[in-house]
Amino acid sequence: MERIEGLLGPEDNKSHTLSPYVTGTSVLGLKYKDGVLMAADMGGSYGSTLRYKNVERVKPVGKHSLVGASGEISDFQEIMRYLDELILYDNMWDDDNSLGPKEIHNYLTRVMYNRRNKFDPLWNSLVVGGVKNGKKYLGTVSMLGVHYEDDHIATGFGNHLARPILRAEHSNDMSYEDAVKLLEKCMLVLLYRDRSAINKLQISNITEEGVTISQPYSLKTFWGLSAFKDPTKGAQGSW
Amino acid sequence: MFRNQYDTDVTTWSPAGRLFQVEYAMEAVKQGSAAIGLRSKTHVVLASVNKSNSELSSHQKKIFKIDNHIGVAIAGLTADGRVLSKYLRSECINYSFTYESPLAVGRLVVQLADKAQVCTQRSWKRPYGVGLLVAGLDESGAHLYYNCPSGNYFEYQAFAIGSRSQSAKTYLERKFESFSNSSRDDLIKDALFAIKETLQGEKLTSSICTVAVVGLEEDFHILDQKTIQEFIELLEIREEAPVQEEAGQEEAGQEEAGAAMQEDAEVPPPAPMDIGDL
Repeated sequence: MERIEGLLGPEDNKSHTLSPYVTGTSVLGLKYKDGVLMAADMGGSYGSTLRYKNVERVKPVGKHSLVGASGEISDFQEIMRYLDELILYDNMWDDDNSLGPKEIHNYLTRVMYNRRNKFDPLWNSLVVGGVKNGKKYLGTVSMLGVHYEDDHIATGFGNHLARPILRAEHSNDMSYEDAVKLLEKCMLVLLYRDRSAINKLQISNITEEGVTISQPYSLKTFWGLSAFKDPTKGAQGSW
Repeated sequence: MFRNQYDTDVTTWSPAGRLFQVEYAMEAVKQGSAAIGLRSKTHVVLASVNKSNSELSSHQKKIFKIDNHIGVAIAGLTADGRVLSKYLRSECINYSFTYESPLAVGRLVVQLADKAQVCTQRSWKRPYGVGLLVAGLDESGAHLYYNCPSGNYFEYQAFAIGSRSQSAKTYLERKFESFSNSSRDDLIKDALFAIKETLQGEKLTSSICTVAVVGLEEDFHILDQKTIQEFIELLEIREEAPVQEEAGQEEAGQEEAGAAMQEDAEVPPPAPMDIGDL
Protein backbone atom coordinates (compact mmCIF):
# COMPACT_ATOMS: atom_id res chain seq x y z
CA MET A 1 0.00 0.00 0.00
CA GLU A 2 1.20 3.46 -0.85
CA ARG A 3 2.45 5.42 2.11
CA ILE A 4 0.23 8.37 2.98
CA GLU A 5 2.06 11.67 3.44
CA GLY A 6 2.48 12.00 7.19
CA LEU A 7 0.67 14.50 9.32
CA LEU A 8 3.96 15.88 10.53
CA GLY A 9 5.09 16.76 7.01
CA PRO A 10 8.71 16.31 5.98
CA GLU A 11 9.85 15.69 9.56
CA ASP A 12 7.61 12.65 9.82
CA ASN A 13 10.16 9.99 9.00
CA LYS A 14 13.17 11.78 10.43
CA SER A 15 14.94 9.71 13.04
CA HIS A 16 15.87 11.32 16.32
CA THR A 17 18.53 10.54 18.87
CA LEU A 18 16.69 8.27 21.26
CA SER A 19 19.59 7.70 23.61
CA PRO A 20 23.19 8.83 23.88
CA TYR A 21 26.06 6.68 22.57
CA VAL A 22 29.41 8.08 23.65
CA THR A 23 29.10 10.03 26.87
CA GLY A 24 31.22 12.02 29.24
CA THR A 25 30.51 12.13 32.95
CA SER A 26 30.43 15.03 35.47
CA VAL A 27 31.72 18.56 34.93
CA LEU A 28 32.45 20.75 37.95
CA GLY A 29 32.66 24.53 37.98
CA LEU A 30 33.22 27.13 40.67
CA LYS A 31 33.90 30.82 41.12
CA TYR A 32 37.05 31.86 43.00
CA LYS A 33 38.91 35.09 43.76
CA ASP A 34 40.20 35.84 40.25
CA GLY A 35 37.66 34.10 38.03
CA VAL A 36 36.11 30.73 37.33
CA LEU A 37 37.57 27.21 37.43
CA MET A 38 36.16 24.14 35.73
CA ALA A 39 37.17 20.48 36.02
CA ALA A 40 36.26 17.44 33.96
CA ASP A 41 37.87 14.07 33.33
CA MET A 42 38.75 12.94 29.83
CA GLY A 43 36.72 9.74 29.60
CA GLY A 44 34.28 8.93 26.82
CA SER A 45 32.06 5.96 27.63
CA TYR A 46 30.51 3.85 24.89
CA GLY A 47 27.54 2.68 26.91
CA SER A 48 29.30 1.43 30.03
CA THR A 49 32.55 0.66 28.22
CA LEU A 50 35.30 3.21 28.85
CA ARG A 51 35.99 3.51 25.12
CA TYR A 52 37.85 6.86 24.80
CA LYS A 53 40.39 8.23 27.26
CA ASN A 54 41.45 11.52 25.68
CA VAL A 55 38.31 13.62 25.22
CA GLU A 56 38.61 17.33 25.99
CA ARG A 57 35.28 18.26 27.53
CA VAL A 58 35.97 21.88 28.43
CA LYS A 59 36.53 24.36 25.59
CA PRO A 60 37.09 28.11 25.37
CA VAL A 61 34.39 30.16 23.60
CA GLY A 62 35.56 33.62 22.56
CA LYS A 63 37.71 35.65 24.96
CA HIS A 64 35.45 35.63 27.97
CA SER A 65 33.89 32.17 28.28
CA LEU A 66 34.43 28.48 28.89
CA VAL A 67 31.94 25.74 28.07
CA GLY A 68 32.11 22.28 29.64
CA ALA A 69 29.91 19.35 28.70
CA SER A 70 28.77 16.06 30.08
CA GLY A 71 26.56 13.72 28.09
CA GLU A 72 26.71 12.84 24.39
CA ILE A 73 30.14 13.78 23.04
CA SER A 74 29.04 14.15 19.41
CA ASP A 75 26.26 16.54 20.43
CA PHE A 76 28.86 18.58 22.33
CA GLN A 77 30.96 18.69 19.17
CA GLU A 78 27.95 20.02 17.27
CA ILE A 79 27.31 22.63 19.97
CA MET A 80 30.95 23.72 19.65
CA ARG A 81 30.43 24.15 15.91
CA TYR A 82 27.48 26.46 16.62
CA LEU A 83 29.48 28.42 19.19
CA ASP A 84 32.59 28.76 17.04
CA GLU A 85 30.46 30.09 14.18
CA LEU A 86 28.71 32.46 16.59
CA ILE A 87 32.04 33.81 17.84
CA LEU A 88 33.37 34.10 14.28
CA TYR A 89 30.41 36.26 13.21
CA ASP A 90 30.71 38.27 16.41
CA ASN A 91 34.38 38.96 15.69
CA MET A 92 33.62 39.88 12.08
CA TRP A 93 31.80 43.00 13.30
CA ASP A 94 35.24 44.14 14.45
CA ASP A 95 33.77 46.67 16.90
CA ASP A 96 34.15 47.13 20.65
CA ASN A 97 31.29 44.77 21.43
CA SER A 98 31.64 41.08 22.21
CA LEU A 99 29.58 38.19 23.52
CA GLY A 100 30.22 37.45 27.18
CA PRO A 101 29.48 34.34 29.25
CA LYS A 102 25.96 35.59 30.04
CA GLU A 103 25.12 35.88 26.34
CA ILE A 104 26.65 32.46 25.55
CA HIS A 105 24.68 30.87 28.39
CA ASN A 106 21.42 32.41 27.22
CA TYR A 107 22.10 31.41 23.61
CA LEU A 108 22.75 27.81 24.67
CA THR A 109 19.56 27.81 26.73
CA ARG A 110 17.62 28.79 23.59
CA VAL A 111 19.35 26.12 21.49
CA MET A 112 18.78 23.35 24.05
CA TYR A 113 15.14 24.23 24.67
CA ASN A 114 14.46 24.60 20.97
CA ARG A 115 15.84 21.14 20.29
CA ARG A 116 13.89 19.53 23.09
CA ASN A 117 10.74 21.09 21.59
CA LYS A 118 11.55 19.23 18.36
CA PHE A 119 11.71 16.05 20.43
CA ASP A 120 15.33 15.81 19.27
CA PRO A 121 17.34 17.05 22.24
CA LEU A 122 21.06 17.65 22.35
CA TRP A 123 21.90 15.06 25.03
CA ASN A 124 24.08 17.17 27.28
CA SER A 125 24.36 19.03 30.54
CA LEU A 126 26.46 22.11 29.88
CA VAL A 127 28.37 24.37 32.23
CA VAL A 128 29.18 27.92 31.11
CA GLY A 129 31.73 29.95 33.03
CA GLY A 130 33.54 33.17 32.37
CA VAL A 131 34.65 36.64 33.34
CA LYS A 132 33.79 39.85 31.54
CA ASN A 133 34.30 43.45 32.68
CA GLY A 134 35.27 42.18 36.12
CA LYS A 135 32.08 40.17 36.55
CA LYS A 136 32.36 36.44 37.17
CA TYR A 137 29.68 34.24 35.68
CA LEU A 138 28.81 30.58 36.16
CA GLY A 139 25.71 28.85 34.87
CA THR A 140 24.36 25.58 33.55
CA VAL A 141 21.86 24.26 31.01
CA SER A 142 20.39 20.79 30.79
CA MET A 143 19.24 18.87 27.73
CA LEU A 144 15.70 20.13 28.41
CA GLY A 145 16.73 23.77 28.55
CA VAL A 146 16.53 24.02 32.32
CA HIS A 147 19.03 26.69 33.30
CA TYR A 148 20.34 28.48 36.37
CA GLU A 149 23.31 30.42 37.70
CA ASP A 150 25.19 29.58 40.88
CA ASP A 151 28.53 30.11 42.62
CA HIS A 152 29.41 26.45 42.13
CA ILE A 153 27.91 23.96 39.74
CA ALA A 154 28.20 20.25 38.99
CA THR A 155 26.51 18.11 36.36
CA GLY A 156 25.36 14.48 36.54
CA PHE A 157 26.83 12.41 39.36
CA GLY A 158 28.72 15.48 40.51
CA ASN A 159 25.41 17.04 41.45
CA HIS A 160 24.99 14.30 44.07
CA LEU A 161 28.58 13.72 45.15
CA ALA A 162 30.43 17.01 44.65
CA ARG A 163 27.82 19.67 45.42
CA PRO A 164 27.57 18.75 49.16
CA ILE A 165 31.35 19.14 49.47
CA LEU A 166 31.26 22.40 47.52
CA ARG A 167 28.43 23.75 49.67
CA ALA A 168 30.44 23.01 52.80
CA GLU A 169 33.85 24.26 51.67
CA HIS A 170 33.44 26.74 48.79
CA SER A 171 33.65 30.49 49.06
CA ASN A 172 33.71 33.11 46.29
CA ASP A 173 36.92 34.74 47.48
CA MET A 174 39.02 31.56 47.86
CA SER A 175 42.50 31.56 46.33
CA TYR A 176 43.42 29.76 43.12
CA GLU A 177 45.39 27.11 45.05
CA ASP A 178 42.53 26.43 47.48
CA ALA A 179 40.03 26.29 44.62
CA VAL A 180 42.14 23.75 42.71
CA LYS A 181 42.53 21.65 45.88
CA LEU A 182 38.77 21.71 46.42
CA LEU A 183 38.08 20.66 42.83
CA GLU A 184 40.61 17.83 43.10
CA LYS A 185 38.97 16.66 46.32
CA CYS A 186 35.61 16.53 44.52
CA MET A 187 37.08 14.82 41.47
CA LEU A 188 38.67 12.19 43.71
CA VAL A 189 35.33 11.39 45.35
CA LEU A 190 33.79 11.11 41.89
CA LEU A 191 36.63 8.86 40.77
CA TYR A 192 36.01 6.54 43.72
CA ARG A 193 32.22 6.38 43.46
CA ASP A 194 31.29 7.12 39.81
CA ARG A 195 32.04 4.10 37.66
CA SER A 196 32.29 6.20 34.45
CA ALA A 197 34.90 8.54 35.89
CA ILE A 198 38.53 8.01 34.88
CA ASN A 199 41.75 9.13 36.52
CA LYS A 200 42.79 11.61 33.85
CA LEU A 201 41.48 15.13 34.15
CA GLN A 202 41.98 18.72 33.11
CA ILE A 203 41.35 21.86 35.10
CA SER A 204 40.46 24.98 33.13
CA ASN A 205 40.92 28.48 34.45
CA ILE A 206 39.36 31.68 33.13
CA THR A 207 40.20 35.12 34.46
CA GLU A 208 40.14 38.67 33.09
CA GLU A 209 43.52 37.80 31.49
CA GLY A 210 42.14 34.87 29.49
CA VAL A 211 41.82 31.11 29.39
CA THR A 212 44.30 28.42 30.45
CA ILE A 213 43.47 24.74 30.20
CA SER A 214 45.85 22.45 32.09
CA GLN A 215 47.62 19.43 30.64
CA PRO A 216 45.88 16.17 31.53
CA TYR A 217 46.99 14.71 34.86
CA SER A 218 46.06 12.06 37.43
CA LEU A 219 45.10 12.19 41.08
CA LYS A 220 46.82 10.13 43.74
CA THR A 221 44.45 7.41 44.89
CA PHE A 222 44.36 5.22 47.99
CA TRP A 223 42.17 2.14 47.82
CA GLY A 224 43.06 0.76 51.25
CA LEU A 225 40.21 2.59 53.00
CA SER A 226 37.95 0.28 54.97
CA ALA A 227 34.97 1.51 53.00
CA PHE A 228 36.46 -0.12 49.91
CA LYS A 229 36.98 -3.53 51.56
CA ASP A 230 34.39 -6.24 50.91
CA PRO A 231 32.31 -4.03 48.60
CA THR A 232 29.35 -6.42 48.52
CA LYS A 233 28.92 -6.51 52.28
CA GLY A 234 25.40 -5.42 53.11
CA ALA A 235 24.35 -5.55 49.48
CA GLN A 236 24.55 -9.20 48.65
CA GLY A 237 22.97 -10.43 45.44
CA SER A 238 20.88 -13.56 45.06
CA TRP A 239 23.77 -15.37 43.42
CA MET B 1 9.88 68.64 -23.46
CA PHE B 2 13.29 67.79 -22.02
CA ARG B 3 12.26 65.61 -19.11
CA ASN B 4 14.89 63.70 -17.24
CA GLN B 5 15.19 60.31 -18.96
CA TYR B 6 17.03 58.65 -16.09
CA ASP B 7 14.76 59.10 -13.13
CA THR B 8 11.85 56.79 -13.85
CA ASP B 9 13.13 53.94 -11.74
CA VAL B 10 15.61 53.49 -8.94
CA THR B 11 17.94 51.12 -10.71
CA THR B 12 18.73 53.23 -13.77
CA TRP B 13 22.02 55.10 -13.78
CA SER B 14 22.34 58.52 -15.34
CA PRO B 15 25.39 58.92 -17.61
CA ALA B 16 26.85 61.16 -14.94
CA GLY B 17 26.79 58.23 -12.52
CA ARG B 18 23.81 59.28 -10.44
CA LEU B 19 20.70 57.50 -9.25
CA PHE B 20 18.03 60.17 -9.40
CA GLN B 21 15.31 58.27 -7.54
CA VAL B 22 17.66 57.80 -4.62
CA GLU B 23 18.50 61.48 -4.67
CA TYR B 24 14.80 62.35 -4.71
CA ALA B 25 14.32 60.17 -1.64
CA MET B 26 17.11 62.10 0.05
CA GLU B 27 15.17 65.27 -0.79
CA ALA B 28 12.15 63.90 1.07
CA VAL B 29 14.25 63.97 4.24
CA LYS B 30 14.90 67.68 3.75
CA GLN B 31 11.17 68.37 3.41
CA GLY B 32 10.28 66.92 6.82
CA SER B 33 10.37 69.06 9.93
CA ALA B 34 13.74 69.22 11.66
CA ALA B 35 15.22 66.64 14.01
CA ILE B 36 18.52 67.00 15.81
CA GLY B 37 20.74 64.84 17.95
CA LEU B 38 23.86 65.38 20.03
CA ARG B 39 25.90 63.34 22.46
CA SER B 40 28.36 63.47 25.31
CA LYS B 41 30.43 60.55 26.54
CA THR B 42 27.52 59.35 28.65
CA HIS B 43 24.31 60.71 27.15
CA VAL B 44 22.58 61.23 23.83
CA VAL B 45 19.78 63.73 23.33
CA LEU B 46 17.31 63.78 20.44
CA ALA B 47 14.99 66.67 19.70
CA SER B 48 12.48 67.38 16.97
CA VAL B 49 10.16 70.11 15.76
CA ASN B 50 6.48 69.25 15.81
CA LYS B 51 4.46 70.52 12.88
CA SER B 52 0.77 69.85 12.55
CA ASN B 53 -0.88 69.88 9.14
CA SER B 54 -3.78 72.03 10.20
CA GLU B 55 -5.08 73.98 13.12
CA LEU B 56 -7.50 71.15 13.81
CA SER B 57 -5.05 68.24 13.83
CA SER B 58 -2.41 67.14 16.26
CA HIS B 59 1.21 66.80 15.14
CA GLN B 60 2.79 63.51 14.12
CA LYS B 61 5.14 61.68 16.45
CA LYS B 62 8.74 62.07 15.34
CA ILE B 63 10.69 60.40 18.13
CA PHE B 64 10.33 56.70 18.82
CA LYS B 65 11.64 54.48 21.57
CA ILE B 66 13.18 51.34 20.06
CA ASP B 67 14.41 49.62 23.20
CA ASN B 68 15.49 50.68 26.68
CA HIS B 69 18.88 51.71 25.31
CA ILE B 70 17.98 52.98 21.81
CA GLY B 71 15.68 55.61 20.33
CA VAL B 72 15.26 57.31 16.95
CA ALA B 73 14.22 60.70 15.65
CA ILE B 74 12.93 60.88 12.09
CA ALA B 75 12.57 63.44 9.31
CA GLY B 76 10.76 62.76 6.06
CA LEU B 77 7.88 60.39 5.43
CA THR B 78 6.57 59.57 8.89
CA ALA B 79 4.88 56.43 7.61
CA ASP B 80 8.21 55.04 6.39
CA GLY B 81 9.77 56.04 9.67
CA ARG B 82 7.20 54.03 11.58
CA VAL B 83 7.81 50.97 9.44
CA LEU B 84 11.56 51.19 10.07
CA SER B 85 11.00 51.76 13.79
CA LYS B 86 8.93 48.61 13.89
CA TYR B 87 11.78 46.73 12.19
CA LEU B 88 14.34 48.12 14.64
CA ARG B 89 12.15 47.18 17.59
CA SER B 90 11.77 43.62 16.41
CA GLU B 91 15.52 43.27 15.82
CA CYS B 92 16.21 44.49 19.35
CA ILE B 93 13.66 42.25 20.99
CA ASN B 94 14.84 39.20 19.06
CA TYR B 95 18.40 39.88 20.14
CA SER B 96 17.33 40.21 23.78
CA PHE B 97 15.42 36.96 23.50
CA THR B 98 18.48 35.06 22.28
CA TYR B 99 21.22 36.71 24.33
CA GLU B 100 19.36 38.41 27.19
CA SER B 101 21.43 41.54 26.57
CA PRO B 102 20.96 44.75 24.57
CA LEU B 103 21.87 44.86 20.89
CA ALA B 104 24.88 47.08 20.10
CA VAL B 105 23.76 50.35 18.49
CA GLY B 106 26.36 50.19 15.71
CA ARG B 107 25.23 46.71 14.70
CA LEU B 108 21.57 47.69 14.60
CA VAL B 109 22.43 50.66 12.42
CA VAL B 110 24.27 48.44 9.92
CA GLN B 111 21.24 46.16 9.67
CA LEU B 112 19.03 49.18 9.07
CA ALA B 113 21.38 50.56 6.44
CA ASP B 114 21.48 47.19 4.66
CA LYS B 115 17.69 47.16 4.59
CA ALA B 116 17.62 50.65 3.08
CA GLN B 117 20.31 49.76 0.54
CA VAL B 118 18.29 46.85 -0.87
CA CYS B 119 15.61 49.35 -1.89
CA THR B 120 18.11 51.16 -4.09
CA GLN B 121 18.91 48.04 -6.08
CA ARG B 122 15.51 46.49 -6.82
CA SER B 123 13.36 47.67 -9.73
CA TRP B 124 10.10 46.87 -7.95
CA LYS B 125 10.92 48.80 -4.81
CA ARG B 126 11.26 52.42 -3.80
CA PRO B 127 13.77 53.82 -1.32
CA TYR B 128 12.51 54.79 2.13
CA GLY B 129 11.77 58.52 2.20
CA VAL B 130 13.01 59.01 5.70
CA GLY B 131 16.17 59.93 7.53
CA LEU B 132 16.76 58.51 10.99
CA LEU B 133 18.89 59.79 13.82
CA VAL B 134 19.63 56.73 15.91
CA ALA B 135 20.69 57.42 19.50
CA GLY B 136 21.80 54.74 21.88
CA LEU B 137 24.09 53.44 24.56
CA ASP B 138 25.97 50.13 24.59
CA GLU B 139 29.14 48.62 26.08
CA SER B 140 31.28 50.74 23.75
CA GLY B 141 29.64 53.97 24.95
CA ALA B 142 27.08 56.51 23.76
CA HIS B 143 26.42 56.75 20.03
CA LEU B 144 24.59 58.92 17.53
CA TYR B 145 24.11 57.71 13.97
CA TYR B 146 22.40 59.13 10.91
CA ASN B 147 20.81 56.69 8.48
CA CYS B 148 19.65 57.95 5.11
CA PRO B 149 17.50 56.56 2.26
CA SER B 150 20.55 55.80 0.11
CA GLY B 151 21.65 53.10 2.56
CA ASN B 152 24.54 55.16 3.85
CA TYR B 153 25.07 55.70 7.55
CA PHE B 154 27.41 57.96 9.52
CA GLU B 155 28.34 58.36 13.14
CA TYR B 156 28.16 61.88 14.56
CA GLN B 157 28.96 63.87 17.66
CA ALA B 158 25.98 66.07 16.76
CA PHE B 159 23.76 66.33 13.70
CA ALA B 160 20.59 67.89 12.37
CA ILE B 161 18.26 66.76 9.57
CA GLY B 162 15.05 68.05 8.03
CA SER B 163 13.83 71.44 6.89
CA ARG B 164 15.96 74.42 7.87
CA SER B 165 18.33 72.07 9.64
CA GLN B 166 21.30 74.04 8.25
CA SER B 167 20.97 76.71 10.91
CA ALA B 168 20.86 74.06 13.63
CA LYS B 169 23.92 72.41 12.08
CA THR B 170 25.75 75.74 12.13
CA TYR B 171 24.96 76.10 15.82
CA LEU B 172 26.08 72.55 16.57
CA GLU B 173 29.27 72.93 14.52
CA ARG B 174 30.15 75.99 16.55
CA LYS B 175 29.71 74.21 19.86
CA PHE B 176 30.24 70.47 19.34
CA GLU B 177 33.76 70.37 20.78
CA SER B 178 32.41 70.95 24.28
CA PHE B 179 29.63 68.36 24.02
CA SER B 180 31.87 65.42 24.90
CA ASN B 181 32.09 66.49 28.54
CA SER B 182 28.70 68.17 28.79
CA SER B 183 26.27 67.23 31.52
CA ARG B 184 22.95 65.73 30.56
CA ASP B 185 21.08 68.95 31.29
CA ASP B 186 23.52 71.01 29.22
CA LEU B 187 23.00 68.67 26.29
CA ILE B 188 19.25 69.22 26.54
CA LYS B 189 19.77 72.99 26.61
CA ASP B 190 21.99 72.82 23.53
CA ALA B 191 19.40 70.64 21.82
CA LEU B 192 16.72 73.22 22.50
CA PHE B 193 18.99 76.00 21.26
CA ALA B 194 19.61 74.07 18.04
CA ILE B 195 15.87 73.51 17.62
CA LYS B 196 15.28 77.20 18.19
CA GLU B 197 17.66 78.00 15.34
CA THR B 198 15.48 76.03 12.91
CA LEU B 199 12.34 77.90 13.91
CA GLN B 200 13.59 81.15 12.37
CA GLY B 201 12.07 83.61 14.77
CA GLU B 202 9.06 81.55 15.73
CA LYS B 203 8.73 81.26 19.51
CA LEU B 204 10.10 78.07 21.04
CA THR B 205 7.50 76.43 23.28
CA SER B 206 7.22 72.98 24.77
CA SER B 207 4.27 72.21 22.49
CA ILE B 208 6.31 72.78 19.34
CA CYS B 209 9.15 70.39 20.17
CA THR B 210 9.84 66.90 21.51
CA VAL B 211 13.00 66.04 23.45
CA ALA B 212 14.27 62.57 24.39
CA VAL B 213 17.28 61.38 26.37
CA VAL B 214 19.22 58.16 26.78
CA GLY B 215 22.32 57.73 28.92
CA LEU B 216 24.18 55.87 31.62
CA GLU B 217 21.66 54.71 34.21
CA GLU B 218 18.90 56.42 32.25
CA ASP B 219 16.73 54.43 29.86
CA PHE B 220 15.59 56.10 26.66
CA HIS B 221 12.57 58.26 27.33
CA ILE B 222 10.76 61.24 25.91
CA LEU B 223 10.69 64.20 28.30
CA ASP B 224 7.26 65.40 29.34
CA GLN B 225 6.06 68.86 28.29
CA LYS B 226 6.37 70.33 31.76
CA THR B 227 10.04 69.39 32.02
CA ILE B 228 10.77 70.80 28.56
CA GLN B 229 8.97 74.02 29.43
CA GLU B 230 11.18 74.40 32.50
CA PHE B 231 14.28 74.01 30.36
CA ILE B 232 12.97 76.55 27.85
CA GLU B 233 12.38 79.07 30.62
CA LEU B 234 15.98 78.61 31.76
CA LEU B 235 17.18 79.35 28.23
CA GLU B 236 15.13 82.52 28.12
CA ILE B 237 16.63 83.75 31.39
CA ARG B 238 20.09 83.11 29.95
CA GLU B 239 19.29 84.96 26.75
CA GLU B 240 17.83 88.02 28.43
CA ALA B 241 20.83 88.44 30.72
CA PRO B 242 23.55 90.88 29.62
CA VAL B 243 26.56 89.30 27.96
CA GLN B 244 29.12 89.96 30.72
CA GLU B 245 26.89 88.32 33.29
CA GLU B 246 26.31 85.25 31.21
CA ALA B 247 28.82 83.03 33.00
CA GLY B 248 27.32 83.75 36.40
CA GLN B 249 23.83 83.27 35.09
CA GLU B 250 24.76 79.95 33.59
CA GLU B 251 25.85 78.62 36.95
CA ALA B 252 22.72 79.92 38.62
CA GLY B 253 20.72 78.39 35.83
CA GLN B 254 22.32 75.04 36.42
CA GLU B 255 21.52 75.11 40.10
CA GLU B 256 17.97 76.00 39.32
CA ALA B 257 17.70 73.18 36.83
CA GLY B 258 19.04 70.79 39.45
CA ALA B 259 16.36 71.83 41.88
CA ALA B 260 13.60 71.85 39.32
CA MET B 261 14.54 68.54 37.75
CA GLN B 262 15.37 66.71 40.98
CA GLU B 263 18.61 65.63 39.36
CA ASP B 264 22.12 66.38 40.53
CA ALA B 265 24.18 68.53 38.23
CA GLU B 266 27.33 66.63 39.18
CA VAL B 267 29.68 65.38 36.50
CA PRO B 268 28.14 62.12 35.25
CA PRO B 269 30.07 58.87 35.72
CA PRO B 270 32.30 57.98 32.75
CA ALA B 271 30.96 55.78 29.96
CA PRO B 272 32.38 52.25 29.71
CA MET B 273 34.51 53.25 26.71
CA ASP B 274 36.09 56.12 28.62
CA ILE B 275 36.97 54.29 31.79
CA GLY B 276 40.27 53.11 30.35
CA ASP B 277 41.42 56.70 29.84
CA LEU B 278 41.05 57.74 33.44
